Amino acid sequence: MPSSPTVQSSSGPASSEPGSDQDALDRAKSTDEWRNPRAARNVFLWPALLVVLLLAIFPLIASLGLALSNIQLAQGGFTIKFTGLANFNNLLFGAERSIFLGQFKPPTILGWVTFIGGGAFMAYVLVRYLRGGRVSPVGLVGRALGIAALTALLWMLANTLFGEGGRPGTLTVTILYVVLGTGLEYLIGLGLAMLTIQRLAGQRLFRVVFLLPITITPVGIAYMFRMLTDNQSGPFAPLFAAAGMSNFAVLGDPWGARLAVIIGDVWQWTPFMFIVLLAGLEGRDVETEEAGLVDGAGRWQIFRHITLPMIIPVSATVILIRMIEAFKIIDLPSVLTGGGPGTASESVTLQAFQSWRAFNLGSSAAVAYSLLIVVTVVATAYARLVLPRTHRANA
Amino acid sequence: MTNPLRKRTVLDLSPRAKVGAYAIMIAWAIVVLFPLYWLFLTSFKQPVQFTGGTYYIPFVDFQPTLDNWKYILVDVGSDTYRPYVNTIVVGFTSALIALVLGSLAAYGLVRYRYRPRVGVIALGLGCTVLAMVAVVLGTPPIVAVVSAIVVLLILTRAIGNRISSARLGNSDISFWLISMRMMPPVAVVIPIYVLFQQIHLLDTHVALIVTYAATNLPIVVWLMSDYFAAIPLELEESASVDGASPYRTFRSIVLPVAVPGLVATFILVLVFAWNEYLIALFLATANAATMPLLVAGQVATRGPQYWYMSVLIVIMVVPVIVMAVILERFISRGILAGAVKG
Repeated sequence: MPSSPTVQSSSGPASSEPGSDQDALDRAKSTDEWRNPRAARNVFLWPALLVVLLLAIFPLIASLGLALSNIQLAQGGFTIKFTGLANFNNLLFGAERSIFLGQFKPPTILGWVTFIGGGAFMAYVLVRYLRGGRVSPVGLVGRALGIAALTALLWMLANTLFGEGGRPGTLTVTILYVVLGTGLEYLIGLGLAMLTIQRLAGQRLFRVVFLLPITITPVGIAYMFRMLTDNQSGPFAPLFAAAGMSNFAVLGDPWGARLAVIIGDVWQWTPFMFIVLLAGLEGRDVETEEAGLVDGAGRWQIFRHITLPMIIPVSATVILIRMIEAFKIIDLPSVLTGGGPGTASESVTLQAFQSWRAFNLGSSAAVAYSLLIVVTVVATAYARLVLPRTHRANA
Repeated sequence: MTNPLRKRTVLDLSPRAKVGAYAIMIAWAIVVLFPLYWLFLTSFKQPVQFTGGTYYIPFVDFQPTLDNWKYILVDVGSDTYRPYVNTIVVGFTSALIALVLGSLAAYGLVRYRYRPRVGVIALGLGCTVLAMVAVVLGTPPIVAVVSAIVVLLILTRAIGNRISSARLGNSDISFWLISMRMMPPVAVVIPIYVLFQQIHLLDTHVALIVTYAATNLPIVVWLMSDYFAAIPLELEESASVDGASPYRTFRSIVLPVAVPGLVATFILVLVFAWNEYLIALFLATANAATMPLLVAGQVATRGPQYWYMSVLIVIMVVPVIVMAVILERFISRGILAGAVKG
């Protein structure tokens, strides 16, 4: 019934239709001002906005202030001196550069392929935008800045991760954690959710079991994985001994340490994807799928063309949230590997935490703000490129 | 469920597929459960058994002991008890607040169109910065906040329309909300600490509850938006034709249908608040200390005391698992299908 008056479905267009005006008028008479839809839209949104606003704005501005200052312990307190962009300068070009950005070396073939591939994709996106006919100065500047930042990130990846003898810095390592962790978690979480919506005995038991890892405090998980990877007393120690590798420390190898962090992250956060996708799948309407089955569609076809499209919006959302959270990874690298060997498995947040522990508050805030900028660029690109396609229905 | 006439549905698998499904589920269950088994085992080990080698099965290759449990629950029992209660109070209260406010906002963002003016937002930001500068320069915080709000209101009325007529949309509000989670906590704990110090709420439940509710709200808004958007509009339309107010429609039509999403989201934000460490480290020194602080505090000078830590982690997850078992049944289908047909 598309033409029925829908006061609460859209405050704008629907109420301007003839007929619904009369309806709205009647309702305004019968109910008080508090109940009218115009008040309702504010009542729905504002409490949440106010709470976030009150608690988020002040720390955000204050930490920007810290990032632009130099803080020194002094007698009976500390002194704050405004130093402009010195902290950022130090991070990008000075002493902390090799920790944050890593060691730059000329890219290998793989590095060039990555860089040129990513660049070509961005050029394609830009051309499409320019041809789309809805070009505005703000949009153009925003896209130019975003593309510049993403190109710089790609160049860093090509030079450190795929560089001949290059060494990834904390930013590259964090991006690695984010991409591999989020990807694996989504795939495993979706697979498990698809399995546990089937009609199987013990389905509910499996659901609770699959949920378990997320219920444990991240610090605890980090110590638990440290127990498990211990090659003296851990459960896999005899295996290492049998293989004659009892002196080999998994966590002493750069890639071994990174892999251990990723495995821990996947173990810990797959339930997040699992439960969100499960609720999405359980909330869907199965009738279309039943119809597909009657029409002789195969299981894969039903999944690919009916089930998957229905959970694409919630998938896009959960990937974005998990990505944002993964950029802040700290417990596992901090406790499990200590960021080591060297800084091989150190994440950006751990770097910020290290300088913060050394009471370099300004430098710590600068690291955190740099991460905030990177996450904002990546998340904005994701929100512009992915969400409009996945959320078309309710856009 | 055992109706012999029940037709085969998409939810029934062929026998071969069933075997495969069980194989995968059992394999992942082992991946999940083995580390937890190891943790549980460690809680019954003596330090010497822990460091002395690898033991897998109690009574078979080592003699379990209840010493660790006795130490945590009895010897230092009062040190365990208070954080435990704190965690329960803070976790459930903040999760409930986040769920209620977040669902309301999510529903608003799905069903209404908001067009905030860029000019007003810029004014608000400017006033905030000015108020903060004033506080840094020595103005009492309350005076600064109140005068900033007054100035903001006056300016909005006077020139709000003129400085910029550009407007934002719902997706911009959502994105702003989620962007509040992008900042690493390391960078914001000090300002948050100062904030609560100023209003004398350090080391109280309120400080933790408010902070967790605010940090978890964006997640609730984002997840619930998608669950609400998946609800067919006809349901609400028929309610509004019947003359129900928006609040009533939301409470008695929308919420019941969204139960799977609500439950999943509640479990998630409960877990986030339950397990948060860094903010608690700053805001709760003694009275309001939560369990994650206690777990992390088991690191002695000679290294982590895994055996005590394991006991704490085990008793810490029990309430969450009980919640998950109770709530799991609500993440299941049937509610929506019936509602649409009826």
